[in-house]
Amino acid sequence: MSADTYTLPGATGDWEVVMGLEIHAQVVSQAKLFSGAATAFGAAPNTQVSLVDAAMPGMLPVINEHVVEQAVKTGLGLNAQINTWSRFDRKNYFYPDLPQGYQISQFQFPIVGEGEIECERDDGSRFTVRIERLHLEQDAGKSIHDLDPNSTYVDLNRSGVALMEIVSKPDIRSPDEASAYVSKLRTILRYLGTCGGDMEKGQLRADVNVSVCKPGAYEKFRETGDFSHLGTRCEIKNVNSLRFIRQAIEYEAQRQIDIIEEGGKIDQETRLFDANTGVTRSMRSKEEAHDYRYFPDPDLLPLELQQDWIDQIRVNLPELPDAKRERFVSEMGLSEYDASVLAADKDRAAYFEEVAEGRDAKLASNWVNNELYGRLNKEGLTITDCPVSAAQMSGLVGLIEDKTISGKIAKDVFEILWAEGGDPAKIVEDRGLKQVTDTGAIEAVIDQLIADNPDQAASVKEKPKAMGWFVGQVMKAMQGKANPQAVNEILQKKLLG
Amino acid sequence: MSVTADDVRRIARLARLAEPEDRVDALVGELNGILNWIEQLNEVDVEGVQAMTTPVAFPLPMRKDEVTDGGIRDKVLANAPKSDEGFFVVPKSVE
Repeated sequence: MSADTYTLPGATGDWEVVMGLEIHAQVVSQAKLFSGAATAFGAAPNTQVSLVDAAMPGMLPVINEHVVEQAVKTGLGLNAQINTWSRFDRKNYFYPDLPQGYQISQFQFPIVGEGEIECERDDGSRFTVRIERLHLEQDAGKSIHDLDPNSTYVDLNRSGVALMEIVSKPDIRSPDEASAYVSKLRTILRYLGTCGGDMEKGQLRADVNVSVCKPGAYEKFRETGDFSHLGTRCEIKNVNSLRFIRQAIEYEAQRQIDIIEEGGKIDQETRLFDANTGVTRSMRSKEEAHDYRYFPDPDLLPLELQQDWIDQIRVNLPELPDAKRERFVSEMGLSEYDASVLAADKDRAAYFEEVAEGRDAKLASNWVNNELYGRLNKEGLTITDCPVSAAQMSGLVGLIEDKTISGKIAKDVFEILWAEGGDPAKIVEDRGLKQVTDTGAIEAVIDQLIADNPDQAASVKEKPKAMGWFVGQVMKAMQGKANPQAVNEILQKKLLG
Repeated sequence: MSVTADDVRRIARLARLAEPEDRVDALVGELNGILNWIEQLNEVDVEGVQAMTTPVAFPLPMRKDEVTDGGIRDKVLANAPKSDEGFFVVPKSVE
């Protein structure tokens, strides 16, 4: 924990918040968990449904080997225990978008056990979140309630798509930490290529368990593992953006504090977050359904994994964000901040590495993080839609590095690359943007300026800062192409020397 | 172990089975009969024996990650009492 524990003031003193998150991450795969139907997003309704997904009588599930591999890969990326023996169970409940009347899930014996990941708060400090488990399960179909006033429309395309449910321990202590945890998890999943992580498309969905307690109680829980030190928790279902996660937690914690301080008691229940009003409300209809009557699915044998298969996956893991960040600092000499920003996004890191290949890494990082991302953010674009390729950017950085152009001219070249494309070296050549390092040419301009402005020139001796005016005039006369270092040196010599 | 009339009502509701109230007492008797019969298994000493998931000593068959199915909307919707624009249509069920 950081020194500043997140607290909320109440009439009876400060309160602390404790959270555990359940993340549903859609597995990247061509076909579903137990059928050969496609998983692609956005298809016409019920066109990606097999008779297995529609739960026709007599149909049997056959597990997708790649999905199992994806789960193991994710477990390894979460530094977690991989269980060589796991089992599928039926979780029984009725809902129109669940044609089987049960979800095939892993209850008692998940494929992945305990792990942990390191996350970063907004202020740059780090904290660890322990992972309780990861298990595989089927997604449900989609119910659409607004197509008809009297009925619900059901699309089973999503029915049977593989999900990884990743359950954290109650290690999260503030809205900031909750969002940091989800975003770190998303980064790891995207590096691994096991989940697309797009929350808008529902590829990543969070259930947030929130409880409140008095200062000191959480530490007692951590020492003893005894949950009775913590408050009663409520589960907020399906919160689908980082901002909503923060809002939902803030609202829910305050709601619980108000109830307790008015002498009431928290009911353990499932709640829904309404993004329009920013409040959570009880899902009363689900209460009775919570008796899921899990039992082993008789259609599926236990899932047994060979250790050498797991080891093979481990050997082939890509470099993960923490390792990348550390390498950017230790081998490329970037600051912690720049390295974190770059490593936090897989595509951004890949783009940067291509730009920095054979270039000054700090210069490359400045150009990617400041100029390029400044522009992308302004235009509301992501790095994958960036009109300037990494190769073009690398060429531009190279021209600054070998002093062909100044940083100022480079910004103009960047604008040209953005708007028109092209080869940066050719743009500089064709448009005559090369930096003038020919001291004779610069000297001629300076001599003329001094001759035209004798009083100004004399004042520099008393006020060296006044030299800035000359620098500006030289640059103006030479359309910004003069090498600033050379200009400064010659001015020093002529005016002060 | 024995079930009560309330257990029977609850199990029926969870399974969406409509059991008429005049059948409940009879079901309590039948279910308890089955449970008592099964309970004889408690006489077997299972100390140190792991619970078994399956008697089949065979690895779980697996499938390649290839799209081999789907694109059969008409078949999928064939038994639906009501469908529209390719969707199943069911009574309004919103949280």
